[in-house]
Amino acid sequence: MKKDVAVIGAGMTLFRRRLKETGKELSYLAAKMAMEEAGIQKDDIDMVVMGTAPDAFDGIHMKGENLLDGAAGAGKPYVRVFNGGGTGVFAPIAGWWHVASGVADVCLVIAEEKMGSCYPHPQTAFRHIWDPILDRPLKPNLVWLFAMEMNRYMTVHNIKKEDIARVSVKNKRNAVGHPCAQLADPHITVDDVLNSEIMAWPVQRLDISPPSDGASALLFCSEDVVRQYTDDPVWIDGVGWSIDSTMWTNRDLYFPRYVSKAAKMAYKMAGIHNPRKEIDFAEPYDPFDYKELHHMEGLLLCDKGEAPILTREGVTQRDGDLPICPSGGLLGVGNPIAATMGQKACELYWQLSGKAGKRQIPDDPMVGVGQAWGDIMQMATVIAMRRG
Amino acid sequence: MIQERVCVIGIGHTDFNCMSPDMEWKDIMYEACQKAYMDAGVNPRKDVDGFITCAEDYWEGFSIFDEFVPDQVGAVLKPCCTVCGDGIYGLGNAYMQIQTGLMDVVSIEAHSKASDLITYGDVVLHAFDPIYERPVSGPVERPNYGGLPAYSEESPKPLVGSTDETERVHPYFLAGLEMQNYLKETNTTEEQCAMVAVKNKHNAFLNPYADYEANITIDHVMKSEYCFNPLKRLDISPNVDGAVCFVLANEKIAKDLGIEPIYLKGFGWSSETPWLSTRGMNADYATKSAKMAYKMAGIVDPRREIEVAEIDDRFTYKEMQHLEAIGLARKGEAKQLIEEGALNIKGALPINPSGGSIGVGNSLEATGLQKSLEIVTQLRGHAGKRQVPDVEVGLAQAWRGIPSGSGAVAIFTRG
Repeated sequence: MKKDVAVIGAGMTLFRRRLKETGKELSYLAAKMAMEEAGIQKDDIDMVVMGTAPDAFDGIHMKGENLLDGAAGAGKPYVRVFNGGGTGVFAPIAGWWHVASGVADVCLVIAEEKMGSCYPHPQTAFRHIWDPILDRPLKPNLVWLFAMEMNRYMTVHNIKKEDIARVSVKNKRNAVGHPCAQLADPHITVDDVLNSEIMAWPVQRLDISPPSDGASALLFCSEDVVRQYTDDPVWIDGVGWSIDSTMWTNRDLYFPRYVSKAAKMAYKMAGIHNPRKEIDFAEPYDPFDYKELHHMEGLLLCDKGEAPILTREGVTQRDGDLPICPSGGLLGVGNPIAATMGQKACELYWQLSGKAGKRQIPDDPMVGVGQAWGDIMQMATVIAMRRG
Repeated sequence: MIQERVCVIGIGHTDFNCMSPDMEWKDIMYEACQKAYMDAGVNPRKDVDGFITCAEDYWEGFSIFDEFVPDQVGAVLKPCCTVCGDGIYGLGNAYMQIQTGLMDVVSIEAHSKASDLITYGDVVLHAFDPIYERPVSGPVERPNYGGLPAYSEESPKPLVGSTDETERVHPYFLAGLEMQNYLKETNTTEEQCAMVAVKNKHNAFLNPYADYEANITIDHVMKSEYCFNPLKRLDISPNVDGAVCFVLANEKIAKDLGIEPIYLKGFGWSSETPWLSTRGMNADYATKSAKMAYKMAGIVDPRREIEVAEIDDRFTYKEMQHLEAIGLARKGEAKQLIEEGALNIKGALPINPSGGSIGVGNSLEATGLQKSLEIVTQLRGHAGKRQVPDVEVGLAQAWRGIPSGSGAVAIFTRG
């Protein structure tokens, strides 16, 4: 029978190219932070969930097995879940069902990524994400692919490039004061983004989040034992995930239907009937600046094509009506694929428990939603948390 | 707390073949899933709430294999995910999803397309720690082909990145070491291990989907060549292609569908440290995962309560080692059980009636599901000539293979 699941601790390492540390060590650092916050020892943890994205980054087969001792998994039930970029929010979803099902009382969730060891650039690992017969002969890469999606989104809604650039500016400024941030910039302007190097039109360098190394951790426990650890927990209210067809060529890319499917699943579970009114802030996945807008629409936080207008009007600023990516998101803090759990799930916990420091949203937010996006523009994972 | 009961309502599988050039991985997944949905009488687009695939990127040859799952399993615009582990890890996660009340029906799929792997040994080697452990495997001097020098002065062979497996020790050397340790600790002989291969390959004759059935004797095994001393060729399970799909549901759905369900009573998994140098060689992962599963299933005395079991037999000695580790035999007792014939289909404790990995083939991450498939088939009474009479409780156990120290256990019951 269903148990309510509380978040009792979180951890996140500095996001950088961290060649001196192995993936195990990064996992250890994040796990230690979460465990110390909750005052929990390794023996108190019943089960461990690992989220980490392609094995090709590290060149290690069964990468989850390699990481397990750094993640407190040795001698314990330990499992790795994976759905590309969606893993950052999917790992906590898997952690949720470990506890909600009554199988574990305390579950540690670790998300780790080490892209820096991929030579010469992690983009090379993405050469093997394509259908070997239909896609690979075209020699596609991800920037090329997302340029198409961005173009389609801009064309359908007649969106100006500078309205999209505002997202990058907002997030890189939001990241100022985040202790883990890689690309925080208090002085960045829309012109800086518009004048940055063109990668594949309309994508420019400052439209993209940087590859990175890092890890993050969350500690979950069931309602039965939560009082041992905290009087003021944050509860997981809703989870949802959805995958669209592999055949991305057969879909209209202007709207992410899979995100809206996942969001509806999470909102139904959380009893959220009017997401625009009931959700106080959101952390949609923002590896590219247009993706934040795209995902706001997918999360049903605004109408189709309305997200750039809200951004222009300042509604999505940290002190606006609907703060979006108050952490600084992937654009400001960095994009170590799975470890972005730090911005998309840990940030919900920090904001809702009032522990976000300089990034704290004013007026005590009650409900936050985080989302990640993965595979070839087809996977969405959504989590909703509520202050106790 | 009253737990809802989780049932197996559908199983489906492909034939298991040493190679399947006529089918791509999507085809075998489709076939297994379609059969499982038909078996359960459910429509994946309407009735199945969640989908899990158990896969590893390196086996599949993709960076993000999860991309290539939804269409052929019927999961488009549905909750679908990859669990990087053996099929039993998938069953366990589905069990938990159902227990939360979030989902009523969940499909779990795992497959092997091992015949697509041109460099199987190198892929396994990539699971070793890149700094401390991978170099142990080589390079070694190449055998001298046709009088040509192994290394030419003009074009020195690269030490890393070559696809020529003969330059390295195949990573199965680790199993050879472990087998030596097992034989010594338990006073077991190589002949007694060979009896496992004889039993499993004979059992496979009775299993229409098995691919490595053979009428062999202990002598055949003993005379097959040493690969990783004391492991001989017939001690090692050969790779196979195949896919298995399970449909799990809560009890109410099973009753609504009018299916006589088999219950997934308990599951467990456990991992040992990945460091080979500090890890024991006693399959501690199996002991711990079985303990977790027994506790969940309420099994107090596994030796009396488990009536049929499918135990991981990637290598012959592994069946005996696992049997002892999960408490179905005392330490060092497996040799006696195999000699007495207790592990045969007609014996007191039938082990691997399907033929196991030795007889069916090593289906990589699908191993646990193939074993669970056999247990469910036995409990349903549909196992034909290899049917163990009147079984009520069965156990499936799988290991994630060299070089991992991780494994999982699932317990199924009738009623």
